[in-house]
Amino acid sequence: MTQSSQSDNKFLEQFGVTGREVQTVMGKIKVRDVDYADLYFEHTVAESVSMEESLVKRASKSISQGVGVRATAGEKTGYAYSDEITLPQLERAADTARYIARSPAGEGHAPAIRIGTPIRDLYPVTQPATEVATAEKVALLEKIDALARAYDPRIKNVMASFSTEYKVVLIANSEGELVGDVQPLSRLQISCIAEENGSRQIGTHGGGGRSNFGFFFEEQRWERYTREAARQAILNLQATDAPAGPMTVVMGAGWPGILLHEAIGHGLEADFNRKKTSAFSDRIGQSVASDLCTIVDDGTLAYRRGSLNVDDEGTPTSCTVLIENGILRRYITDKLNARLMGIPLTGNGRRESFQCIPMPRMTNTFMLPGQSTPEEIIGSVKRGLYAVSFGGGQVDITNGKFVFSASEAYLIEDGKVTTPVKGATLIGSGPEILKKVSMVANDLALDDGIGTCGKDGQSVPVGVGLPTIKVDEITVGGTQVE
Amino acid sequence: MRIDQNFTMDLLNKVKKKGASAADVVAVEGDAASVQVRLSAVDKLSKAEEKRLGLRVYFGKRSAGASTSDFTPAALDDLVETTCALARAVVEDPYAGLPDAGAMATDIPDLDLFDSHTISMDRMIDTATRTERAALAVDTRLTNSEGADFGSFSGRTLFANSHGFYGDFRSSNFSFSVSPIAAQDGLMQRDYWYAVGRKLAGLDSPEAVGQEAGRRTVRRLGSRKVPTCRVPIVFDPEMAGSFLGNLCSAVNSYAIYKGASYLIGRLGERIACEAVSVYDDGRIPLGLGSKPFDGEGLPTRQTVIVERGILKSYLVDTYAGRKLGLASTGNASRSIGEAPSAGATNFYLAPGAISPETIIQSVTRGLYVTELIGFGINMVTGDYSRGAVGFWIENGELAYPVEEITIAGNLKDMWMGVEAIGNDLAFRGRIASPTVKLAEMTVAGG
Repeated sequence: MTQSSQSDNKFLEQFGVTGREVQTVMGKIKVRDVDYADLYFEHTVAESVSMEESLVKRASKSISQGVGVRATAGEKTGYAYSDEITLPQLERAADTARYIARSPAGEGHAPAIRIGTPIRDLYPVTQPATEVATAEKVALLEKIDALARAYDPRIKNVMASFSTEYKVVLIANSEGELVGDVQPLSRLQISCIAEENGSRQIGTHGGGGRSNFGFFFEEQRWERYTREAARQAILNLQATDAPAGPMTVVMGAGWPGILLHEAIGHGLEADFNRKKTSAFSDRIGQSVASDLCTIVDDGTLAYRRGSLNVDDEGTPTSCTVLIENGILRRYITDKLNARLMGIPLTGNGRRESFQCIPMPRMTNTFMLPGQSTPEEIIGSVKRGLYAVSFGGGQVDITNGKFVFSASEAYLIEDGKVTTPVKGATLIGSGPEILKKVSMVANDLALDDGIGTCGKDGQSVPVGVGLPTIKVDEITVGGTQVE
Repeated sequence: MRIDQNFTMDLLNKVKKKGASAADVVAVEGDAASVQVRLSAVDKLSKAEEKRLGLRVYFGKRSAGASTSDFTPAALDDLVETTCALARAVVEDPYAGLPDAGAMATDIPDLDLFDSHTISMDRMIDTATRTERAALAVDTRLTNSEGADFGSFSGRTLFANSHGFYGDFRSSNFSFSVSPIAAQDGLMQRDYWYAVGRKLAGLDSPEAVGQEAGRRTVRRLGSRKVPTCRVPIVFDPEMAGSFLGNLCSAVNSYAIYKGASYLIGRLGERIACEAVSVYDDGRIPLGLGSKPFDGEGLPTRQTVIVERGILKSYLVDTYAGRKLGLASTGNASRSIGEAPSAGATNFYLAPGAISPETIIQSVTRGLYVTELIGFGINMVTGDYSRGAVGFWIENGELAYPVEEITIAGNLKDMWMGVEAIGNDLAFRGRIASPTVKLAEMTVAGG
């Protein structure tokens, strides 16, 4: 993607609209009480190839194209979308969107379109995976199947899928800005089921990002994901019942960062705080975590699944310090909420597709590394749980209670990692849990690139990360009562 | 352009010309609209016409699917090209193929799924506003709101395949909900209630929905943890529905043949007590999960899943059926462009004879669960661990609200431990259950 004014014309061409037409439509929306409007053009090609029972028998492809037209008046948003990108449809959508302000049709003022300044390119992909021959993806899945089954004879079922999408977006707003972006995204997901003595268990792993297809062959990634899924399935065959009740928990580095996403991430989305429905409302400047905790949301990491050059309103993403040494500093915002709350615009306005209204969403959310070593942390625990891998989680941002479910965990006894235990759900209170972080290691890792966040019916790709940390007390939802 | 039988025939002909041995087409088009209000002011309005088409082609035993929302001739030619190319790239699958021609549905019953009445944006706004007002009026501690929303969808589904089957039907869906917030002593609680249906006239009143939401929210104030223990659990109908949904996933033939269900090999065996009977019925008039034919064009029907505690059937589509040596139960479900895969239609647990109040009264010490959060269910093993919200039951009464606890166990034991089923079955979704009492689960708390 070249970074010049030519590239934005290319975007206009992709969608078959001219700058003049965009301006005309904008003029129809931006009348009287409408203080902001935007058009979000999207063209997405998505493809998925999957294998089960050692056969790559499923392949599907979807093409989705359309435009979302938005008008905001104060706190209100009017929205219309269409999969036909023609001037008449755009004008119809503009009428609907404008209805929110109850403004009659009329000539509005829209400044001339300014071609945006070049944006950095966090994911300059030269050969999108959507253009790689299906045969190559099939070959990769077959290699994965062979490796997984060779790992251990107890591996009985292997499911693997490769999904990729290539999304081209163009955002034009009533401030005259025009920004385009090309967003590739790929993901490899592997599940293995192991069986022994009539007992069956599952292990899952995967990864990806905004990368070339070659990414999965670099640094032995596909091999590592495959072995991890197989290893976890075999390990879980030996897992015993997890304990029940409050315990000290050591969280491993990487994907366990989902703790932050659920405990504080959603609670710091500005829309909830503007409405004062979040447990973190009116708490900027207050202590919400131990002083060992500095947590950021960073959309600027190269090639990461959760990263974006610009958010879905055209704002460049940034690295926002949410919590600094335990003190709450920032909410993550989109344009509407930043404007209404009078707080900085952080570039977190995201939407699942042109069919959706954007709202504040996370990008890559992680805690900065500390001074301890993982060995010191585990050695300091007399009795506790060591949780290294998780499934998903969920949060009630109003009362602050959150959960996330371990998929690989062990007991810690007298400073040593001992028996594997079955995955249990951990539950805690967002505003309280991080105050119980008493040790933070120096081994920050981000997840491998498989996270999807759901909010209000919209899914977006995200990243999470964590160094090894010690949480003095959290409730472990096992079945073994002491 | 009219999307009808001729349209689908044209497309199937194009595919045939490319050498495909079989194919099917699914198309959905409709109008969607939604409004959100908050504190009596309109917050969001959204409206659109949606359409999407999925094509699935077979070259002998190889198949693939693709979908698009662009119905212009050029785009459809592309779609045919792409799908055929994809199909040639995958390997042969001995079980692939359309259902037998003789199995296709021969009649398309009218299940009363479409409301010819429409609702204006203004009326949607008015309904949502009244719902929120009614919720906040329930108690002075209800001082805030996430908002109330109203959504409507009205559309048409078409399906055709190269056996010559063609079917279409119209359907609508209306729903509204409110999420009020109560505050006390610097802490807040949120809950919600909703109404959903195929017809506008059949929806609950905004006042009834609002009042129920307000009541459910305010009763959560003062929630506390309880100490870790093992006690009986009573699921309210919504949570019993979630529990039933876990069973629904476990009897899905896709999970069975993948090796990813704890109910593999259990057909004909006892999985629950005599009081438990579970059905899947795709022909209930007005049913939220009803459809006249399934995602492969087979007739929908009523299937007995569990009969007096014995597992009688899985939910089966043609492909999984061939792999498992079972007949399709007419439960093929379809994501546009994807292969058909089994899914529930209207899936429910038959009601018992006791009232929910009597069930609660039968518990000396236990937990009444009104909300579950998290995804801690392992379908392969049945292991279960989820966050819970509800009420502590003491001597047959709801004593105080509870939160920040988990309930854990195993789905096999949970179903075998069902001790009582209420008489309060109401269809508020595709999966429906009365109140259910389980013998024991581990509650982890303080």
